[in-house]
Amino acid sequence: MKSALPVAIVVIALLAFWYVAAALMNAPLQRDAFANAGRDDYSTTDLVGASLNMERPKLPAPHQIVAELDRLILQTAPTSKRGLVYHAWITLQETLIGFFFGASLGIGLAVLVLSVRSLERSMMPWIVASQTVPIIALAPMIVVILNQFDITGIAPKAVIAAYLSFFPVTVGMVKGLRSPDPLQLDLMRTYSATPAQTFVKLRAPASAPFFFASMKIGAAAALVGAVVAEVTKSEDGGLGARLLAGSYYGQTVQIWAALFTAAALSAALVGLIGLASRLVLRRMAFTS
Amino acid sequence: MLEPLAKPSAVASKFSVIDIADLSLRFETRDGPVQALSGVNLEIARGEFVSFIGPSGCGKTTLLRAIADLESPTNGVIRVNGMTPHEARLSRAYGYVFQAPALYPWRSVARNIALPLEIMGFGKAERDARVAKGLELVNLAGFGNKFPWQLSGGMQQRASIARALSFDPDLLLMDEPFGALDEIVRDMLNQQLLGLWEKTGKTVLFVTHSIPEAVFLSTRIVVMSPRPGRIHDIIESNFPRDRALEIRETREFIEIANRVRHGLREGHSYDE
Repeated sequence: MKSALPVAIVVIALLAFWYVAAALMNAPLQRDAFANAGRDDYSTTDLVGASLNMERPKLPAPHQIVAELDRLILQTAPTSKRGLVYHAWITLQETLIGFFFGASLGIGLAVLVLSVRSLERSMMPWIVASQTVPIIALAPMIVVILNQFDITGIAPKAVIAAYLSFFPVTVGMVKGLRSPDPLQLDLMRTYSATPAQTFVKLRAPASAPFFFASMKIGAAAALVGAVVAEVTKSEDGGLGARLLAGSYYGQTVQIWAALFTAAALSAALVGLIGLASRLVLRRMAFTS
Repeated sequence: MLEPLAKPSAVASKFSVIDIADLSLRFETRDGPVQALSGVNLEIARGEFVSFIGPSGCGKTTLLRAIADLESPTNGVIRVNGMTPHEARLSRAYGYVFQAPALYPWRSVARNIALPLEIMGFGKAERDARVAKGLELVNLAGFGNKFPWQLSGGMQQRASIARALSFDPDLLLMDEPFGALDEIVRDMLNQQLLGLWEKTGKTVLFVTHSIPEAVFLSTRIVVMSPRPGRIHDIIESNFPRDRALEIRETREFIEIANRVRHGLREGHSYDE
């Protein structure tokens, strides 16, 4: 509870800053709107009040976003295509499926790099390069190619989610599997343990902190991949599709509502992994 | 070389557990080759307690590691139980205790002691029995369910000794096991180790920095000197097996300790 007060203060400060920024950014637009309506007898209070409640503001005020979220989540049926729950569920499916395959690939690659020494020097540059290509350019290509093979709907987006999430898992796990110190490895040698035994009894448990850290990053990356993929091909719905729809029709409040939902989803995923991490690592007596 | 002060020790058996002939070991480092060991000759019989003492860089750890097949000699021959070090390692002929306890933090003390037993394929009932015996042996009974972070440094090192003995090897290789501990704990652990050695009759090779520790524990003390690492002197010691810490004040003890110190000085251990 002690940490609640500082957090509350920061949140309040953030909100205050937001309101001021919204008023300042929307004011010119609102002034034009008044002029067009032939009104010139408005006070500053009227101006501020109006700019914080515009239908198509430059920067929506927090209460507008909350109202929109309430409308789209709580007051719309979950199965309705107009509501955010339906689209959030699509994005979540893509994220989870993509993350599962991405994390599995990441762990598999890490084990491979560990076992075959030459692989690190030959493969890692390619893997790093694959991540530096802007995903916003790569995603449409991947989706189009997969569509040629009749892979449509959630699957292509999951592929892109996997693509973005495997790299942090690979890097983290390579470090984690290499983390035991030389004394512990020497100990295994004195027992003439096989490499498999050393892996199962030493390397794998030692890599647990690195595993959870890289999973957190991977989960967030998978969500970003899913949303970006949806933006490039929005017919199949999802939060990225709602982002795109909002920007087409100038519905900035809708954009922000979809954005907040995606952020909340990401925070929930990372939070769940963090919870699992605390439980497991405490049982494994990792004091750090 | 001085005449031996103590009578020649009556060794339990004439069987030579470790045989080292003309051993040399050279490391290739970035600053050029380092002659870690040069022309080492040594024979160790069953049941002996042999200490290796010398300054840093005299090769004592390297010698122990070479016997354990953790380093490869560039020249010369080592035989452990009549086999090459590699064969001896594969036949699990020795237990190794490092300077740090090297316990796995995610395993309880009992499961740490059981680690070599799991790797060597002992069944569950056998493992439990051996772990219980090991805990008794090092006076850690009742601490089996604790985790390493809950134990003091001395207790962790005792657990690591129990682990090295859990699969009952005849040979125990110890590399400055008590180096990181304070003197009070060290004294206690020295006595416990002595008791353990007396009770189990194992052959112990013990690397140390401490002259009193070496003289107190050993049947033979190997004084080594650096650059290149080689044996300078081998001193026999014949204290009664059930000795107490008080013998460190006796004349005979001090004479042997002086002889060790003299050897270290002759071997340029105290030079810059």
